[in-house]
Amino acid sequence: MALVKLFDIAIARSGDKGNNSNIGVRARSPELYEFLKKELTEERVKKHFEKICFGKVTRYELPNLRAFNFIMEQSLGGGGTETLLTDAQGKVHGLALLHMEMDVPDALLV
Amino acid sequence: MAQEKIVRIANGQGFWGDSLMAPIRLIEDGPIDYLTLDYLAEITMSVLQKQRQRKPESGYATDFIDLLKIIMPQCQQKGIKILCNAGGVNPRACVDAIKSTLQEMGMSGIKIAMADGDDLLPQIHELIDGGEPFTNLDNGGSISEIRDRITSANAYTGAEPLVEALKQGADIIVTGRTADPSLVLAPLMYEFGWAEDDYDKKAAGTIIGHLLECGAQSTGGNFTDWRDVPDFAHIGYPIAEVSADGSFVLTKHEGSGGLVNEDTVASQLLYELGDPENFLSPDCTSDFTSIQLEQVGENRVRASGIKGRAPTDSYKVSMSFANGYRVLGQLTFTGPDAVAKAELGAEIIFERCAMYGKPIPEDKRFVEVFGNAACYKGAIADPVQPSEVLLRVGAKSHDREQLEILGREIAPLVTAGPIGVTGYAGSRARPTEIIGYWPTLVKKSKVTTRYIVEEI
Repeated sequence: MALVKLFDIAIARSGDKGNNSNIGVRARSPELYEFLKKELTEERVKKHFEKICFGKVTRYELPNLRAFNFIMEQSLGGGGTETLLTDAQGKVHGLALLHMEMDVPDALLV
Repeated sequence: MAQEKIVRIANGQGFWGDSLMAPIRLIEDGPIDYLTLDYLAEITMSVLQKQRQRKPESGYATDFIDLLKIIMPQCQQKGIKILCNAGGVNPRACVDAIKSTLQEMGMSGIKIAMADGDDLLPQIHELIDGGEPFTNLDNGGSISEIRDRITSANAYTGAEPLVEALKQGADIIVTGRTADPSLVLAPLMYEFGWAEDDYDKKAAGTIIGHLLECGAQSTGGNFTDWRDVPDFAHIGYPIAEVSADGSFVLTKHEGSGGLVNEDTVASQLLYELGDPENFLSPDCTSDFTSIQLEQVGENRVRASGIKGRAPTDSYKVSMSFANGYRVLGQLTFTGPDAVAKAELGAEIIFERCAMYGKPIPEDKRFVEVFGNAACYKGAIADPVQPSEVLLRVGAKSHDREQLEILGREIAPLVTAGPIGVTGYAGSRARPTEIIGYWPTLVKKSKVTTRYIVEEI
């Protein structure tokens, strides 16, 4: 096992829909996708964003793209047209997620 | 054997204010058949409605006229057709401006189509009284909460009227709030004769639209592994080379900067996505879990296997409404203890507001200590004590005077607060109107789309 940041095992992109943000996460290999399917849960993402996301977190799976899509409700301070936040559209929520630390089996790290 | 027919579509504008260089280079640097341009975001329609109220001949994306002056001679020469939503809330005025501009340039033999019917503002009260619920899709709110404050209401309409306009030979199509992917789907339906109910192909065209609509975001822009992306300054904008079966290769012009690989394309597929199996658009419901990506060459990614289903019987509607005011000011705090001093500064400001008899409720206050992981709040370990931070302080309210007081009480901290306060740049922070966003639906049967083709 090695403690790594998600940066090492995934890429991400985020954006806004009203007052919700979405984070797309793509695993860097099929094996890492299976690993993240177990580890990168809605609960874990909600905890990571507890000071940013004040609503529900929903995870969708896209195995064809080795990817997950997380919808984070109430995470933009009122949404693109109302919010005063610097990151008004959740543009860097993806990067924020990639800072998450995780124990990963050595065999999955190349 | 006849060569397989390929249609090349490119998008040269991801939002109003995107680089002018993109469409110019897309036209100059290699072959394309269609150029789409996306000017409208959620907030844009409301801003354009306001402009039109002040000046009846405005209300569209004027940037498009400036761009046409530069690109139209080449587009005519090369036979590149243009589809754009620059019409905003006044496509008629936009088309008139296009015609007079092109005529002034001495151009002729150009067919310009206007597609509209998306603007529901003129009949909004009739629709509400007629029983359209217009429930808020995000929070379930009732339209009665805002019906007297609605400032814009536009249905995201589909590809069909644009296909008809292309059949009549349109060279430029100007729309109002046509859905972004429909601008891309329409020429593909026209070129390949895709049937109205061929939902797999329509989903493919829709997903191509989704990939193209944010410009360079599918060619290396905003990409996690940014160090792998060469030459951002000359980044190529995306081009889809589409086959009759709906499969396509996403690429960019040779010699341009940027990067197209499975990761950059997948990243953009995930952008602003909701439920991936049910991506709703006016033309079809697309399944993002059906897409297969394959790198087939340098900066070339092939996508295939896309599945779709029939669309719903509703259009999405983007409404905006007047929702009070907001104010935002800023001050710089330097260390030692920059963060603590900034937080104290915000407290002082809000306490002062209360002393005027205008206390601001806690849930309406806004405090952001920029430089102290403001964008990553709680998601990363506390940073090393920064030597300087920016206090961004403000509030939202329906009481404008309350916010004026707040704006006035920011600067005094320079002399009446802790040491290390500076950077009070510019004039006093003033309240501005908040444009509220109300996403909702309307039955398709309540909306009449239309198109007109005119020639100069």
